[in-house]
Amino acid sequence: MAYFLQLTFAGIALGSIYALISLGFSLIFKSSGVINFAQGELLLVGAYIVAAGVFEWHLPFLLALLLGIVVTVLIGLLFERVILRHMIGRPTFSILMVTIGLDTILLTSVIVIWGSQPLPAASPFGVTSGFNLDGVHFASNDLWTIGITIVLCALLFGFFRFTRYGLAMRATALDQEAALAVGIPIRRIYALAWGMAAGIATLGGVFLAISSFVITPTLGSAALLAFPAIILGGLDSVSGAVVGGIIIGLALDITAGYESAFASVLGAGFHDIMPYLIMILVLLIRPYGLFGSRKVERL
Amino acid sequence: MSVFKKPGTPLAESTHAVKRTPGQTRRLSSWIIAGILVLASILFFIVAGDDWFAIVNNTLIAALAALALNVLSGYTGQISLGHAFFMAIGAYTAALLGGMSPSSPLDPQGFALPWIIWLPAAGIVAALVGALVGPTALRLKGFYLGIVTLALVFIGHYIFLNLSAVTGGSPGRTFPVPAIGTNTFDQQNTYFGVLLTSGQQYFLLILPVLVLASVFVSNVMRSRTGRAFRAVRDHEVGASMMGVNLFEAKMGAFLLSSFLAGIAGALFASYNSYVIPDYWDLTLSVQFVAAIIIGGAASVWGSLLGAAFVFGLPQVIDHFSLLPPPSGNGGLSSGDLNTLLYGALIILFLLFEPGGMVGLIGRFQRLGRKKASFNAEGGDPAEITDLSSDNHRFIHSE
Repeated sequence: MAYFLQLTFAGIALGSIYALISLGFSLIFKSSGVINFAQGELLLVGAYIVAAGVFEWHLPFLLALLLGIVVTVLIGLLFERVILRHMIGRPTFSILMVTIGLDTILLTSVIVIWGSQPLPAASPFGVTSGFNLDGVHFASNDLWTIGITIVLCALLFGFFRFTRYGLAMRATALDQEAALAVGIPIRRIYALAWGMAAGIATLGGVFLAISSFVITPTLGSAALLAFPAIILGGLDSVSGAVVGGIIIGLALDITAGYESAFASVLGAGFHDIMPYLIMILVLLIRPYGLFGSRKVERL
Repeated sequence: MSVFKKPGTPLAESTHAVKRTPGQTRRLSSWIIAGILVLASILFFIVAGDDWFAIVNNTLIAALAALALNVLSGYTGQISLGHAFFMAIGAYTAALLGGMSPSSPLDPQGFALPWIIWLPAAGIVAALVGALVGPTALRLKGFYLGIVTLALVFIGHYIFLNLSAVTGGSPGRTFPVPAIGTNTFDQQNTYFGVLLTSGQQYFLLILPVLVLASVFVSNVMRSRTGRAFRAVRDHEVGASMMGVNLFEAKMGAFLLSSFLAGIAGALFASYNSYVIPDYWDLTLSVQFVAAIIIGGAASVWGSLLGAAFVFGLPQVIDHFSLLPPPSGNGGLSSGDLNTLLYGALIILFLLFEPGGMVGLIGRFQRLGRKKASFNAEGGDPAEITDLSSDNHRFIHSE
């Protein structure tokens, strides 16, 4: 039982990271309809800057974190402003590929600047610290991840619910032309979404790095697991992204914990494809996700 | 087009015996280009050493794979990030059918069949797997299809790692080498008194396969089927209103694409003789997508140009040791430079010239023609190669 609880706790913590990454995806998708493939590398750049800030430039952790967020937000804003704005109205495939282009450039830049050797992860607390309760280990990183995710979700909820810009963003997501007609500055909304998504990506990256103790350039590929998460939750649902992320994290951890004992027939690494299997199942039954809105096609 | 001709009307060519129509000039120039290419390949074949054959052969194989992806993504508009998966299926089919019989129980399986069997089989099995996956995947559109095909790469990787009887598991396995009689392509052999190196023999196998595939694809795209593919890409609902069976068209493109990808995968694995399952990853898929965007979507020549840029260029840079090899400690290696370049070029081409290099060339041609004479023509830059000269001949013959 303690083993199961341990897996569940770790799964929820891992899921919170995926939830953070997925939040970034659905913020951008919801406001501008763009699938941002570069989210994973924004996360990577953020994590590297924080680590470099702490270990190379000897900044205090919070300052390094701030620096990481500022840089990724700037990259996000710049990309949106200089490139994506000219792609409005182009086919999905083209827009997707443009973000893959950004992804490639960011990843390679990281490799060119910092190399592909693992760097230690920057953390404000001991990466192995935590406490035991009833045989279950509560790592401080996991607790922080879950805590920050809850706080961020609450903030976002409040933002969408109670602020002018939150309302404007929801209106833009609902109907761009109508939003434009009532005087909502759509461009500012796009920029805001990209900025928020990039900032959240850095947070996700830092937690992801701490949970694996080191940073390598492959860290960003973890963001690919956010795709099953957002499809599970529904592309255009922000709360769905969080739920989807947590489900994916749980499925991954619990499968990893039990596969060698109960399903050794399946061989090594089965847990890695578990999220994709769940995703394909969901796509077959509910293509618009658990919380997404059913799309009606008009001629 | 004969339907539109009045009986007895002489052919367009004969009425304009002296003055060539633009369509004819175009055909003439494409014959000249073809001639130059043939001469260049012959010259290359005689002069080049095996290190250059390694670069060119790998690029030609990549061109075949890029062509395969172009059928699905460029012509039919279906996003696929699972191209590496279908190439792997082809490669492992070739390995299973053509590989050596295992000498110890731990060795991967192989039936030691000749290449004339395993090469086509690689394409057929990849197409069969495509037929298995297609009905599920092609129900989805756009981004969703991209993500499902992405899942295919990961699921495939898991299967390849665990199916070590066929794939050799994570250490990888050797792949079969084509042979004619007792002459295996991995060493130099004498044919009719002519000594051919390994690279030359492979070149003589790969180039005809690529030419055959290119001619086939460009002919298909000029047929009713190809027009259906493009109609699906341009407007699904519109296409189905015109009587195109959406599922059939998508499935057709998917099967043709996986067939060619399978052949390319088998050729690649055979030429490089040893491949690990990690090779068939998402990066490979993305590289092919980059190749068709940079070269030119919906264009046979675009596939070739794109493959030359994305796969050939880094090897050329390495050949001349222009940049240090990757060290892991940072610094710019040839691979990094190329990745940066193609990342930037994907963005630039999509922003300014969605037709890729082929579109760019077409733009210059049109510019030149406009200056030279009166007959400038418009049209979608992505469609340059598809505007078959027939249409123009028809217009000018009236």
